[in-house]
Amino acid sequence: MHPKRIWRDLRNNRTLYWMILPSAVFFFVFCYFPMAGMIVAFKGYSYANGIFGSPWVGFDNFQFFFQSGKAWLVTKNTVLYNLAFMIVNNLLEITIAIVLFELAGKYFKKFLQSVIFLPYFISWVVAGAIVYNLFNFEFGAINTFLKSIGVSPVNFYNNPDLWPYILVFFSAWKSVGYGTVVYLATIAGIDKEMYEAAKIDGANVYQRILRITVPSIVPTIVVLLLLKVSQIARGDFGMFYQLIGGNGPLYDKTDVIDTYSFRALLDLQEFGMAAAVGLYQSVLCFAIILITNESVKRVRKDSALF
Amino acid sequence: MKKKARIEMYSFQIIGYVFISLFAALCLIPFLMIAAGSLTEESHIVKNGYSLFPSAFSLEAYALIFKNPKQIIGAYEITLLVTAVGTLAALLLTTMTAYVLQRKDFAMRNAFAFYFFFTTLFSGGLVPWYILIVKYLGWKDSVLALIVPSLLNVFYIIIMRAFISSTIPDAISESAKIDGAGDFRIFASIILPLSKPALATIGLFIALHYWNDWYLATLFINKDHLYPLQYFLYKILSSIAFANSSVAQQGSFVVDAPKESFKLAMTVVATGPIVLLYPFVQKYFIQGITIGAVKG
Repeated sequence: MHPKRIWRDLRNNRTLYWMILPSAVFFFVFCYFPMAGMIVAFKGYSYANGIFGSPWVGFDNFQFFFQSGKAWLVTKNTVLYNLAFMIVNNLLEITIAIVLFELAGKYFKKFLQSVIFLPYFISWVVAGAIVYNLFNFEFGAINTFLKSIGVSPVNFYNNPDLWPYILVFFSAWKSVGYGTVVYLATIAGIDKEMYEAAKIDGANVYQRILRITVPSIVPTIVVLLLLKVSQIARGDFGMFYQLIGGNGPLYDKTDVIDTYSFRALLDLQEFGMAAAVGLYQSVLCFAIILITNESVKRVRKDSALF
Repeated sequence: MKKKARIEMYSFQIIGYVFISLFAALCLIPFLMIAAGSLTEESHIVKNGYSLFPSAFSLEAYALIFKNPKQIIGAYEITLLVTAVGTLAALLLTTMTAYVLQRKDFAMRNAFAFYFFFTTLFSGGLVPWYILIVKYLGWKDSVLALIVPSLLNVFYIIIMRAFISSTIPDAISESAKIDGAGDFRIFASIILPLSKPALATIGLFIALHYWNDWYLATLFINKDHLYPLQYFLYKILSSIAFANSSVAQQGSFVVDAPKESFKLAMTVVATGPIVLLYPFVQKYFIQGITIGAVKG
C-alpha cells in the first residue's frame, strides 16, 4: 500500500487498529522479539549483559552441541517417537471412531466415548503420578501383580528398552479420545444417502466401512497427518518431562530435543548452548514445514496448509 | 435381512463393543488405581504394593491433608485466580482480534493475519523467550508470568474468526454502523453477545489449559506461596517439597507418615474438580473440536 493510503486507513479505521493493537503487541513481544533474541545462540550469554550486550562467540555453542554426540541422538529420538505416536494414535483414532459410529445403542456407547476422552483432561503431572504408581520398583502395581503370580519384579526405571512402548501407550492413552472426536465429527458429516443406497444394494457393514466411510475421511486423515508431520521435530515436552523426569539411565532412549535443551537451560544454566539447540530445532521445523507444504501443493492443492 | 448379513452384523457389534470396552477400560483403570491407592493404609502399600482395589481401607492420607490444608488451599487460590483472569482476558483479546481480522472493509486484515500466523511456523525457541520474561520483563516469581505468556493462541483466533464470519452476517455490522455505532460498540454490544456459543467452547479450552498448566511455574516460580495446583502437586510427587510440607512438620513424619498414600490423596484432591465437572462440560469440548475439525 502507498504510504499516503496507509495513513488515511490508519485515521479512518483507527478504532479497528486500536482493537488489534494489544494482540499485535503480544505477538511482537512474545514471538518476534525472541526470534531476534535467537542471536544469543552465537553469544556467551551472561545475565548482567543481556542478549544484546553479551560477547559474540561464533559457532562455539553449536560446536559444543554437535560434538557432544547428543545432537543426532535427540533428533533421532524426537522424530522416531513422533512417527510412532502419529501412526499408532491415528490408527486407533480412526478405528475407534469408525466402530463407535457403527455401534448400535446410545447410552453405553456415549459412556464409552466419554471414558476414552477423559485422560485428555488430565495434566501430564497426574499422568506422571500414574506411570510412577504402575512402574515403580518397590510398590508399583505391575510389580505387585508380577510378584503375586510368582514372577520376579522388573526394574522398569533401569531398563531403557521398555520405555518406547510405555511412552507410545501413554501418548495414545492421553490423546486418542481427542482424535476420535475429530474423526467422529468428520464421519458424521458424510452424506447419509450414501449409506442408505448401500443398504438397499445389500452392502454389509464391512463393505460400508471400506467403500464409503474410509474413502470419505481420507482428506481429513491427510490434513491431520500433515499437521503432525510438520511438527515432527518438536517433542511433546510435557509428556517426556513428567513421565521420565530425572531418570538419567533412561535418557539414551527417551531424551528428545525439547527435554535436552530444557535441561541445558535450567539445570546447567548453559544459555548459549540451549539457545543453539533451540535454533537448530526451529530451523529444522521450519524447513520441514516448507518441504511438506510444497510437496502437498504439488500433489493436492486443497490440502496444503498455506 | 438375509441370515448371513445378520450374522455379519451381530459379529461386528460384538467385536466392536469388546474392542471399544477394552480400550475404555485401559483409559479408566489408572484413575481407579489412584483413587484406590489413596484410600489404602500406608503400611499395606509399603508391604504389598499398589493394587487396583483398596484392600486395607483407610482415610489417614486425607485426614493428613485436611489437618493442615493451608498449602493446598493456597495453590487452589492461585490456580483459580490464574484460570479466571487468564480465561476472561484471553477470550476478550481473541474475540476482538478475530472480529477485526474478519472485517472485509479492513484493508490490512491479511497482513495482520499473516503476522499472527507466521508465529506458528517459526519460533525463537525456549531460551530467548525465557530470557525475555525473566530479565527484560522481570516476571520471575510473579503471577503475571503464569497468565500473560499463554493469553493468545493463533488457532483460537482462526477458529473464532471463522465462527464470526460464518454465523454473524455482515449486514448486522453495517446497519449498526449506519445507525451511528462505532466499531468497538458494534463489537461489544453485537458481536460478543452473538458469539456466546463459541466463547463458551473456546473459553473452556483456555480454562482447561490454565488449570492444568505447570510448565510456566516450572520455569518462572520459585516461591512456595505462588505455586499453582499442578506444580504444587508435581513438587509433592517428586518429594522435593515433601520435606518442607505440612506433613513433614508434624513430628510423626519420620516414623510412619503415609507418604505414598498421601501423594495419591493429593493427586485426587488436585484432579477431583476436573473429573467431577467433566460430565457437564464434555459436550462443549466436543462441539469445539467439531467446529475446529470442520472449519480448520
